[in-house]
Amino acid sequence: MEPRTPSKLEKIMAAGHLGVTSEVGPPRGADGAEIEHKGHLIKDYVDAVNVTDNQTSVVRLCSLASCIRLKQMGIEPVLQMTTRDRNRIAMQSDILGAASFGIHNMLCLTGDHQTFGDHPMSANVFDLDSVQLIQTVKLMRDEGKLLSGFEMKVRPQIFIGAAENPFAGPNVELRALRLGKKIAAGAEFIQTQCIYNIPKFKEWMKIAVDKGYTDKAYIMAGITPFKSLGMARYMKTKVPGMDVPDNLIDRLKGVPKEKQAEEGIKMAIEMIQELKEVPGVRGFHIMAIEWEEKVPELVKGGGLYPRPQV
Amino acid sequence: MIKATPKPLEEIINYVKDFNKILVAGCDGCVTVCEAGGMKEAKVLGSALRLYYTQAGKDHEVVETTITRQCDKEYLAELKDMVENADAVISIACGCGIQYLTEMYNDKIVFPGVDTHFMGINADRGIFEERCAGCGQCVLASTGGICPIARCSKRMLNGPCGGSEAGKCEISKDTPCGWHLIYERLEKLGQVDSFTKPVDPKNWRTSRDGGPRVIIREDLRKAEPQHGSAHS
Repeated sequence: MEPRTPSKLEKIMAAGHLGVTSEVGPPRGADGAEIEHKGHLIKDYVDAVNVTDNQTSVVRLCSLASCIRLKQMGIEPVLQMTTRDRNRIAMQSDILGAASFGIHNMLCLTGDHQTFGDHPMSANVFDLDSVQLIQTVKLMRDEGKLLSGFEMKVRPQIFIGAAENPFAGPNVELRALRLGKKIAAGAEFIQTQCIYNIPKFKEWMKIAVDKGYTDKAYIMAGITPFKSLGMARYMKTKVPGMDVPDNLIDRLKGVPKEKQAEEGIKMAIEMIQELKEVPGVRGFHIMAIEWEEKVPELVKGGGLYPRPQV
Repeated sequence: MIKATPKPLEEIINYVKDFNKILVAGCDGCVTVCEAGGMKEAKVLGSALRLYYTQAGKDHEVVETTITRQCDKEYLAELKDMVENADAVISIACGCGIQYLTEMYNDKIVFPGVDTHFMGINADRGIFEERCAGCGQCVLASTGGICPIARCSKRMLNGPCGGSEAGKCEISKDTPCGWHLIYERLEKLGQVDSFTKPVDPKNWRTSRDGGPRVIIREDLRKAEPQHGSAHS
């Protein structure tokens, strides 16, 4: 696949390297320095940094402003955008704003329902869904048009990303078909949900490879290390669409509490090593939730360091 | 049909506590079916109000009635004398009926006695479920007869989202995932391949987003009334 945008992430994967991204969750306040701090921790170990968009529907400093901050630090951002809070007018406007600052990656999401967050009483929007947001970015970039048909003089240049959860319902076949749908809509890279159930992930990847989806988009495997047994249990029981097999819980149970974080990192590194060998995997998306300082260790341990220069 | 539930009695009492002559006006349509605003509920509310006024030592006159439909002015006209005789009216019709009654009797104070929720079905005794969001442009032909707008919490046209688990929606284990249902139905019909084709953004102008909606059916306006008309 030839790169079509100035995105460094795209160029790295197009050159055949495994891409590495991580994410920064903005603060629940106006502290821009926190984003810079988190950015500094990981910048030399990843190709691009995702910034979440009010994740779990909790109000946080906005993704667009955070991405601009990262960009100004010389870090390549991935603008996450959910369709939950903004209609097509606001989203297209934000895409243009992002492009005007040289933001060249986006992750198009529908977003968690607002009942999860700190404003469950709010109205939701969902004018578009994630697939339609992908279509929108593609239309803007490739045809230079807004959804209204208006032709722009300057087009946004954006490497189009989407998420997919191989472990959600109804079954792995449907989840693979939905991946195909996102790729058909225009997604060029996919960051998956956190992977814990490797056999199921391989099943999903096999369908993706067989259907030729992996020839059209880069699949980046989602990795989230467990910080503790408590976190693993929480992910298993409380987070929608998360599939944590019992053997991983048992492994954490088998080590003393103070060693669980270390064991969690070890498990994540083993997963990276194993997933690197899965056909169709073209990179990793490391989501070390409120544990950004561990990203360098994971990247090094996974044999993904140093990052290629393109 | 339209589904409503009775408002809490305290809320209704708070509306009418300073009035003496109350008309409780029910409707024989949808709200009778969902047992929120028919004659039975009008009587229950009327009795409760009489009890309140008596215990509070206030003079009162509470009258209960229902009409065929509160969304038709021909039927609302039947209420003329009773409305004129009352200081305040509590309508226990749906939100449409309450407003049309208010429009017809504009110098009278009208209070709502129910909360109107949605268009739905009678799933079981006392269980009503939403089925239609009234988007004005039905998509059921391509979704196996299950509406993604009414039944997906994110009204997605390209679901299911990543929060769908074991057939349930991420908002609650009691809420079926609409897209899971669609998938099962399409699988039964042998149409699962349609999942690979993205569905374009919807035109919401025919929905509430386009502003208050009016339907003008010229064919009906020109046609002779079929039967039962007062204008012979």
